[in-house]
Amino acid sequence: MGGWAIAVHGGAGVDPNLPKERQEEAKRLLRRCLDIGISALHSNIPAIDVVELVVRELETDPLFNSGRGSVLTENGTVEMEASIMDGPKRRCGAVSGLTTVKNPISLARLVMDKSPHSYLAFSGAEEFAEKQGVELVDNEYFITENNVAMLKLAKEANSIVFDYRIPAPGTVGCVVVDKEGRCAAATSTGGLMNKMRGRIGDSPLIGCGTYACELCGVSCTGEGEAIIRSTLAREVAAVMEYKGLNLHEAVDFVIRNRLDEGKAGLISVSKKGEVACGFNTTGMFRGCATEDGFMELGIW
Amino acid sequence: MGWAIALHGGAGVPLSMPPENRLPREAGLRHCLDVGIAALKSHMHALDVVELVVRELENFPHFNAGKGSVLNTLGTVEMEASIMDGKTKKCGAVSGLTTVVNPISLARLVMDKTPHIYLAFHGAEAFAREQGVETADPTHFITPENIERLQQAKEANRVQIDYTQPMPREAKKNAAIANGDSQTGTVGCVAVDSEGNLASATSTGGLVNKMVGRIGDSPIIGAGTYANHLCAVSATGRGEAILRGTVARDVAALMEFKGLSLKEAAAYPVDQAPPGTVGLVAVSSTGEVTMPFNTPGMFRACATEDGYSEISIWDSPIKVSN
Repeated sequence: MGGWAIAVHGGAGVDPNLPKERQEEAKRLLRRCLDIGISALHSNIPAIDVVELVVRELETDPLFNSGRGSVLTENGTVEMEASIMDGPKRRCGAVSGLTTVKNPISLARLVMDKSPHSYLAFSGAEEFAEKQGVELVDNEYFITENNVAMLKLAKEANSIVFDYRIPAPGTVGCVVVDKEGRCAAATSTGGLMNKMRGRIGDSPLIGCGTYACELCGVSCTGEGEAIIRSTLAREVAAVMEYKGLNLHEAVDFVIRNRLDEGKAGLISVSKKGEVACGFNTTGMFRGCATEDGFMELGIW
Repeated sequence: MGWAIALHGGAGVPLSMPPENRLPREAGLRHCLDVGIAALKSHMHALDVVELVVRELENFPHFNAGKGSVLNTLGTVEMEASIMDGKTKKCGAVSGLTTVVNPISLARLVMDKTPHIYLAFHGAEAFAREQGVETADPTHFITPENIERLQQAKEANRVQIDYTQPMPREAKKNAAIANGDSQTGTVGCVAVDSEGNLASATSTGGLVNKMVGRIGDSPIIGAGTYANHLCAVSATGRGEAILRGTVARDVAALMEFKGLSLKEAAAYPVDQAPPGTVGLVAVSSTGEVTMPFNTPGMFRACATEDGYSEISIWDSPIKVSN
């Protein structure tokens, strides 16, 4: 027990017919991100910095639904959101409605560190981004051909896509506990394919998509509405704190009992260096590693 | 058992208030409580009751929600709200509203009429137009008192949470306790009806002099608002503290996981938060009410089916009936 641990995810709810090459591609990206995180942990970088670093990598790669590669709103544009939380003092930062910020998770970090607030959105968030001098790009930068095609499909089916039969990429996230036992969590997303403009999901909501405290760090993915209604990320920590469950029991309890008909997944770490993932969807892109050399990548 | 209702007009009340500030707010609390009691007596569903009462609180210009909302750093109003149905755990939330007369009703529509839970800024305003809700020119919401508060906050170069009056010396002391910030107003209502249905609703203009686009705890499910089969909670105070403390959710979690009573469960997150930052109102499925706060005062009122009712600002009720 003890030591560092890290987990990453690229979304819950995977098309069971996902072509082998896509599966391998996803695993390669997850592995690369894990390696980046592990390397940082070896250099004693604090958990809060590691989660930001890893999620930046996930945002920059167009494979998953965050940053570049974000799914599109009903208007064919990208609106991104993210949140980050630092376990020791439960400091947090969140952003929504970003259209030009290259790395939403880093802006969420700046909200936490450099503003008097915890959550900034839309034009106010973009103004803050400009003042902070973060990298800004055109909205087109984030849009991929894949997602343009998927939006078309979704409009034809007249649906908001959370249905693996129309395969849609998922949110990304990372949770870390460092050698000092500090936990942190970060989540980033483009939201739901064909979502209404201005729609906010669970990813930027502290307690819902992201949570970290003295005991653990949690990042969720899946049906935003189900995650919000069940305050899923906080739930894991609450059953540990108030029911005395350990991390694995807590994750199991929460996935089994808190989701009702909702479909979601989560990754988590505890201050003791444990890592646990859980999901009731068909698959979740994930990877985890602990200091004793354990490493696992998974989809199903 | 039986129905119960509690509502608040914000924690972050200084130790004393001159009558010209205090009396209209007492009257507002009384009026809104009466509206809620009448609704519950006529067997209205808890979800409709909390929406109705919060609409009244929003319309009342002396509380920080709807008309009378505090101003952001540009001198404009950005309103947010959320509502939750304890039985179904369905919820709705809105942020960044500038023209919608009753934000809580738009939150309700997001819950009932969209596949989403939370709409904000331009998307929320567009939805409001589609739904044909009542809108007004942004200036409708702005009151002279709030222009004054913003002015003071800019002079003091701070984000002001005690919005009720200029900072007198006592308030400065309280503010010092709370790290140089005093507390905020927000409005909220929780209710359990005679069928045992629970619901919660919260609405606010946010923090005086807040950054444009700042979202607080009020529209965040689990932070400012929460309801399930055990209880309904609406919180008020320093948004950032309520968010980090997932205050509304924690009350319910403590009841569920530690078997605490409503009163004990509600007191815990309030006690754990830094002094001067949090207050809440909560009701349980069995018709109990609690209204703890760690600020000098909180505008609040409650009533239960057995005939008890209370209107209070500081520790001792102003008016109690049995």
